[in-house]
Amino acid sequence: MKTVTPVLTVLGIIFVVWYAATIWLNAQWVYDQAERAGTTVSFAEMVPQTMDQERPLLPPPHQVAGELWDGVAGQAVTSKRSLVYHGFKTLQATLLGFGMGIVLGVGLAVAIVYSRTMEKSVMPWAIISQTIPIVALAPMIIVLSDKAGIDGKMIPKAIIAAYLSFFPVLVGMIKGLRSPDAMQLDLLSTYNASGAQNFWKLRLPASMPYFFASLKVAIAAALVGAIVGELPSGATEGLGARMLVGSQFGRPLDMWAALFGAAILAGALILIVGALERFAKRQMGGAA
Amino acid sequence: MSMALLLLLSAGMLYPDFAIAPEIILSLLVWINAWHFNVVLAQLDWRSTRLVMPFLFGVTLLVLWEGMVRGFEVSPVILPPPSAIAAKIADSLPILWIDFVTTFLQGALSGFFIGCAAAFVVAILIDRSPFLRAGLLPVGNFVAALPIVGIAPIMVMWFGFGWQSKAAVVVIMVFFPVLVNMVAGLAATDRMQRDLMATYSASYWQTLLKLRLPAAMPFLFNGLKIASTLALIGAIVAEFFGSPTRGMGFRISTEVGQLGLDMVWAEIAVAALAGSLFYGAIALIERGVTFWHPSQRT
Repeated sequence: MKTVTPVLTVLGIIFVVWYAATIWLNAQWVYDQAERAGTTVSFAEMVPQTMDQERPLLPPPHQVAGELWDGVAGQAVTSKRSLVYHGFKTLQATLLGFGMGIVLGVGLAVAIVYSRTMEKSVMPWAIISQTIPIVALAPMIIVLSDKAGIDGKMIPKAIIAAYLSFFPVLVGMIKGLRSPDAMQLDLLSTYNASGAQNFWKLRLPASMPYFFASLKVAIAAALVGAIVGELPSGATEGLGARMLVGSQFGRPLDMWAALFGAAILAGALILIVGALERFAKRQMGGAA
Repeated sequence: MSMALLLLLSAGMLYPDFAIAPEIILSLLVWINAWHFNVVLAQLDWRSTRLVMPFLFGVTLLVLWEGMVRGFEVSPVILPPPSAIAAKIADSLPILWIDFVTTFLQGALSGFFIGCAAAFVVAILIDRSPFLRAGLLPVGNFVAALPIVGIAPIMVMWFGFGWQSKAAVVVIMVFFPVLVNMVAGLAATDRMQRDLMATYSASYWQTLLKLRLPAAMPFLFNGLKIASTLALIGAIVAEFFGSPTRGMGFRISTEVGQLGLDMVWAEIAVAALAGSLFYGAIALIERGVTFWHPSQRT
């Protein structure tokens, strides 16, 4: 309850500002139309006309919600106009890239924790890789995978998603694998535990909280990667392609619906990872 | 390992039919020897080896790339060798510079400063009201995780094809990570420290300037670092949705269409360099400002 009221208040303020901005931004169009028709509109007449334009500068929330609802529920799932269809295409690439990112991130983290040489020579490059704007590389990856004979638009998108999502996992896992303290490591050596036992029974379980915390960042990053990957490829499927098409054909409502579709997808994915985290915690005997 | 490769190399010279292109073997040799050298360096662990090792690693990657491309005779339409890219960079410095100014200085940097300054001020303002803070933090955290790049087409629609639309995308992208980190930073002082300021009868502003802002700096810089990489992404993505006939994103998308891949790689190199230097500059400033923080002491 303590946070619900303030959050609702803030959301309420955002809605009020949004509606005000809608009227302010879209008014010009109404006035222009009236001028062309040789009539004048009063303020009271103008306001409702800003609310349901076909190409608004800023659609009001209910118009976006309507468009979103139409895109999700108003179309057959397999239709090219369905947001579910496009969202699913983006989701596929996101999850594939997310999986690749996890494997790469965890693998590198293990190598770095166990090898000084890896740490010293690879870690700086892992950091630099994230300062390189992936969007510059994205068209390149698409061309390369096309030439390499990889069919479909999925793989390049997934690679870009993986590129963005491996880093949080890497950083989190390095921290996590190093989190057991000297006492715990000493205990295992008094048990005469082997290196593998050390890893499976202590380091890996100890890293789980860090792992899941970084997964939440990584899944959001993977979604951004998948959407960005759709932009320069001329993809016709996916939420990013939807935005691109909406922008090229001057259909702002399509862009807004795709944007909010992507936002809802991101929220849902983060919630799912959070639920997985609680499940894993319970399975490992922690306080849920 | 090295010996085996050497044998392969000489075998290739004696029996040309059997040969794997010598470039491949040579680059593998360089790779393996450099790796061994790095292993030795890792055991020495001098201060200077910290810079040498990643450098060596990077150089061997380039050598390997060059050797593989030449050895397997990869078409330059697929993957140009680093030497060709370097030549292209040297050739087209003026174009690269114009693109750099358009995308980085005008789009990314101005947006970065406006967005971060706005987030900084807003964080201090909402910090005065616990109610606002309780409401804005969850919302801000949520928005920070959203794919905000999607706002790019809308900004291009609002602000036109010029750099203003790119800056606007960057402002929105960097705002929330910086805001969330700054609000968390302002809450980072503990009760004892604030009580001490109270016993000094320090005013709100004195407490803010002398205690809470310095304490918030590590958090702020954390946010700034995240924002620095987002800024370039935002500026380039916005160019995919419409731009004047210059800019890194524009150049990349048109050159990919014309299969001028050496130019694309040249732009990527510039973007990588700009991104890394930007990040490095922020890290340097951080070291100067938060020299007292445990993570900065070595």
